[in-house]
Amino acid sequence: MKPAPFGYARPATIAEAVGLLAEGDGGARILAGGQSLMPMLNFRLSQPAILVDINRVAGGGIIIEDAEGTEIGPVVRHAELLRHCARGGHPLLAAALPLVAHAGVRNRGTVCGSLALADPAAEMPACAVALDARLKLVSSRGERWVAADDFFTGIYDTALAEDEMIAAVRYPPPAPGWRWTCTEFARRHGDFAIAGLAAGLGCDGADISAARLVAFGVGERPVRLADAEAALTGDGVDAAVRALDDVEILGSGEYPEAYRRTVIGTLLRRAVAGLCSRVAA
Amino acid sequence: MGADGAFRLLGRPAPRTEAARLVAGGGAYTDDLDHPRQLHAAFLRSPHAHAMIAALDAGAARTMPGVAAVLTWDDLSGVVQPMETRHGAFPGLVSPLQYPLANGRVAYQGEPVALVLAASRAAAEDALEAIDVAYEPLPAAASAEAALDPGAPRAHPALPDNLCWAGEIAGGDVDGAFRDAALVVEETFRFTRHTGVTLEPRGLLAAFEPAAGTLDVRISHQQPHQLQTYLARLFRLPMTRVRVLTPDVGGGFGIKMHIHADEVAACAAAILLGRPVKFIADRLEAMAADVHAREHIVKARMAVDARGLITAFDVEDRHGLGAYSVYPRSSTMETVSAVRTIGAPYGMSAYRARMTAVFQNKSLTGQYRSVGHPIACTVTEVLVERAARARGEDVLSFRARNYTPVAALPLTNPAGVRLMDLSHAACLERLEALMDLPRLRQELADGRAAGRLLGLGFAAFVELTASGSEAYGMGDVAVAAMDTVTLALEPDGSVKGEASVSEIGQGIATTLARVVAEGIGLPAEQVRIFTGDTRSAPHGGGAWSSRGAAIGAEAAHGAARRLRAAILEAAAVLAQTVPDTLDIIDGAVVDASGQARFTLEELVQTALFRGYEFPEGRLPQLAVSHQYGRPQDRAIPTNGIQASLIEIDPGTGLVTCLNHWVVEDCGRLLNPLMVDEQIRGGVVQGIGEALFEACRYDADGQLLTGTLADYLLPMAGEMPDIAIAHVETPYSGSVLGAKGAGEAGTCAAAAAVLNAVNDALAPFGASIAETPVTPVMVLNALAQQAAA
Amino acid sequence: MSGEAHVDIACRVNGEEIVDRVPARLSLVDFLRHRLGLTGTHVGCEHGVCGACTIVLDGRCVRGCLLLAAQADGAEIETIEEASRSGRLDALKDAFVARAALQCGFCTPGMLLTSAELLADMPAPDRAEIRAALSGNYCRCTGYHAIVDAVEAAAGLKT
Repeated sequence: MKPAPFGYARPATIAEAVGLLAEGDGGARILAGGQSLMPMLNFRLSQPAILVDINRVAGGGIIIEDAEGTEIGPVVRHAELLRHCARGGHPLLAAALPLVAHAGVRNRGTVCGSLALADPAAEMPACAVALDARLKLVSSRGERWVAADDFFTGIYDTALAEDEMIAAVRYPPPAPGWRWTCTEFARRHGDFAIAGLAAGLGCDGADISAARLVAFGVGERPVRLADAEAALTGDGVDAAVRALDDVEILGSGEYPEAYRRTVIGTLLRRAVAGLCSRVAA
Repeated sequence: MGADGAFRLLGRPAPRTEAARLVAGGGAYTDDLDHPRQLHAAFLRSPHAHAMIAALDAGAARTMPGVAAVLTWDDLSGVVQPMETRHGAFPGLVSPLQYPLANGRVAYQGEPVALVLAASRAAAEDALEAIDVAYEPLPAAASAEAALDPGAPRAHPALPDNLCWAGEIAGGDVDGAFRDAALVVEETFRFTRHTGVTLEPRGLLAAFEPAAGTLDVRISHQQPHQLQTYLARLFRLPMTRVRVLTPDVGGGFGIKMHIHADEVAACAAAILLGRPVKFIADRLEAMAADVHAREHIVKARMAVDARGLITAFDVEDRHGLGAYSVYPRSSTMETVSAVRTIGAPYGMSAYRARMTAVFQNKSLTGQYRSVGHPIACTVTEVLVERAARARGEDVLSFRARNYTPVAALPLTNPAGVRLMDLSHAACLERLEALMDLPRLRQELADGRAAGRLLGLGFAAFVELTASGSEAYGMGDVAVAAMDTVTLALEPDGSVKGEASVSEIGQGIATTLARVVAEGIGLPAEQVRIFTGDTRSAPHGGGAWSSRGAAIGAEAAHGAARRLRAAILEAAAVLAQTVPDTLDIIDGAVVDASGQARFTLEELVQTALFRGYEFPEGRLPQLAVSHQYGRPQDRAIPTNGIQASLIEIDPGTGLVTCLNHWVVEDCGRLLNPLMVDEQIRGGVVQGIGEALFEACRYDADGQLLTGTLADYLLPMAGEMPDIAIAHVETPYSGSVLGAKGAGEAGTCAAAAAVLNAVNDALAPFGASIAETPVTPVMVLNALAQQAAA
Repeated sequence: MSGEAHVDIACRVNGEEIVDRVPARLSLVDFLRHRLGLTGTHVGCEHGVCGACTIVLDGRCVRGCLLLAAQADGAEIETIEEASRSGRLDALKDAFVARAALQCGFCTPGMLLTSAELLADMPAPDRAEIRAALSGNYCRCTGYHAIVDAVEAAAGLKT
């Protein structure tokens, strides 16, 4: 199980990296943590002409925490962001990152790489959508900021052009009064979620005044549960779960649509119960 | 053994001799050694479950950088024969020839079609992509259930149908028992294929020396001597010119008992090209083309009379065995094993099992840990708990009434199983204490009252271990059920031994060394046993059927007693006394007063270097050999009982195993530490079987679980702690009294877990009779009941 | 091989300076095993699932099968051989041996390195935490119980 041959370049800057992407004319792939790309290469399902290894680009591992939130560079590892969040970063990321695969994978895999891959069952894309994160996409043509909700366009499909890479992602700071959690269902610790939920509640005392719910593992991309959010603030959790009936959910042979819908309902109830108990406390 | 007959070493827990090396990264597995002139093999494997090969063009591949050769069956056919699996104990067995590389037709996805030899594995894989094969797909026989239906696709078009073998085991008046039954419980069980997933994939480094005509094969395998025998046959070489060497083996579990087509093809390539050939299966190849196991549909019913006594079982087993009957042992061994021990813990007067083993266009199946037994145990124990429930009775009370009592042993039951030295009642009593059952039941009741979906399940079992020579010998299959141990004193007084049993991580080399040390009277560290090289180790069985302690250790004990006698005789000559007055204690020869007369080092150096000190004709023989094969009993039955506590998450259907308990009677415990960890490892494979592992194919025979992301192996986070206790009823037919232990964990774990799931589902009137139990199945079971 | 891209690398492996020229597609674990002869690191799946190829790269456990040898350039790599020789695994190794927390031994180097990282990050983990931390490393032989015991013992939680 060895990859097909490819070229390899190790740019020192993002400008150099996107220059290589442009030169590659569609045959170049960014190599960041490699935790998903390398298996695809080993399976020979991906056969790029050249890998652009961005692990040493200047500032790639930077984490900036300021009044506008958290900004991370393109090769910040899951484990690094987790350590940062555990010291007071965003609570949703702090809750979601331990669910990403296993320690050895988190030590190497990058948050931006996970966003670029856009696996619909992964935690990081759903968190980005839930938090209204913005992604900085850079090419030799220039840079643009894209909202996470606009970034994810389908299964493993994103707004990234062939010559673009994610140079940073910025998460807004947690709004006052909001509580966040990430919960998912998998049969084994660290597996991709069969269904998962990034959830935030805006709380006014003991009342839920606003909600943000983004499901993963159940659609072609992170699924914003807008009707459930509305029901949650008005009519409570039972209504919110009922509102899931109208959500389009993708099933698979082993985990059919109805099953995933049930599980998302379970996760929603548990997330709300957990967050509300935290609010009360 | 001390003068009082008590063991000094045996029965005490002892870590493995090899462990210190393995934790330091000093393991030497097959892929760890490279030969300077080796070529790397990569196989082109069939993407189709069933297809004709209309054309194969390797022209472009042959010219690629680093490629030494691209071989097909036409190239190999001059040096090797196709494999024909025969087993005389299965009359009517249909067994099409299996070719090391496909001969014009592929019969399962993953079947080797062509072989590239190149300077690196990467270059070989590059060339695979350049081979152009024109396949003409044929209808695939995938379903075992429909395999014999009229018009079903045939796995092998030249055969009239998909029947590999049909047979029946019957004893007693089955129809009468069911006619007179007060209660009949029945179920159709579905067991999904799974596979061994040795963490070290199969692999070999084969080298042929043309001038000498010798084939050396370093291979990750459980039975070097069996492999040597069959390679010699397939390549028409004298056995003295075939050497099989098994270095450290990274897991076997039965997967590495067989001879896979790719292994034969790689050896053939080494002969053809005169270059060493390394083949290391990657994980994709392993998932697709390692032998699988246990695809069965079992329809079973059990009759219970008005007194609550089990009177009969009536069973129909359909076994989907894949494209070929595995070489050389035959897949139908699993067919019989899956039904043979149904009902075995219990008294019954009648038994009938009808078996049909069918071909499919899927990977071969073969013997995998606890061959067949987990199926027999699951069928039996699910029906037993269902009967108890139907009678409104405690599941353990029902078992206790039905257990074959010690006083009734030995006996041959209606299924033809010879039973002796069992301890069902004692094991049950031990289990109740181990679990603190009254307290646990209270906790269960409290938990349920609080709304938790908890379930407690049990599974009693009989496992047939340490197979005798009848199993294969009567079928004219060249598989040794005996073992040999040779021992020799080294000049420093240590003992070097060679054993035909294989060390594959189970710790048998350490145990044999301790048996030898015990038998001679040496400190344990003064003995080392080596295994796995057919050039030095004498012929014997290797690692299968939980036979190391029951057969290998008997051979070691016999050899130790011979060497001890030789040492005492030599010492007696030097001391001018008779051997009877001497003893060996802690490595020294002592006289009747307990006075040390010689160290072994002094004695052996006298024999080896100053032979003139012995009278003419009295030079001692300080190298001995002993062969042991059990003359009686086709297998040694063991027994025990397991229990599992599970919880169902009603919101997801996930089953979590919270605790698991095992009481086992494997006869005399030679090294309890090794036995317990064998059991724990086996239990987790059984939990995997019950809750996680599945080789799933679609209706066209395409494997859907080809990676380790799709095939769910048990991981640390989901597994419970496993409590173990023992009852020791020594096997009455051997000196040491040990029985097989290595597969007992797997034998009953899945049954206990399934029963626990059904215990949790029982209040809802729901039950499941399929493994693995998936969260979807559980939620569906709960939902159907809610709807009803 | 003609045409195949190669990369010059310089790195420290087990404290030794390594300078080499490697095929771009060569995985780090294959480089360590077959170019440097460090066969204590094993290859179990080549798709990042089993953990047998765990090595320490710049102080953190990573999967050697999901890295390229080319990416070792400038890195400090430690494999089981050096981790073992240095003595830093002694408590774990002793506990694994005494507790029979290994059988075939194929997963063991990865288990030990992952366990050591756990204990460095969390000196007194409970059994559930140990199980969670080891859940990226498959063991097919032991059933994990003995491994959890051994890690617990090495952490000094058991007397």
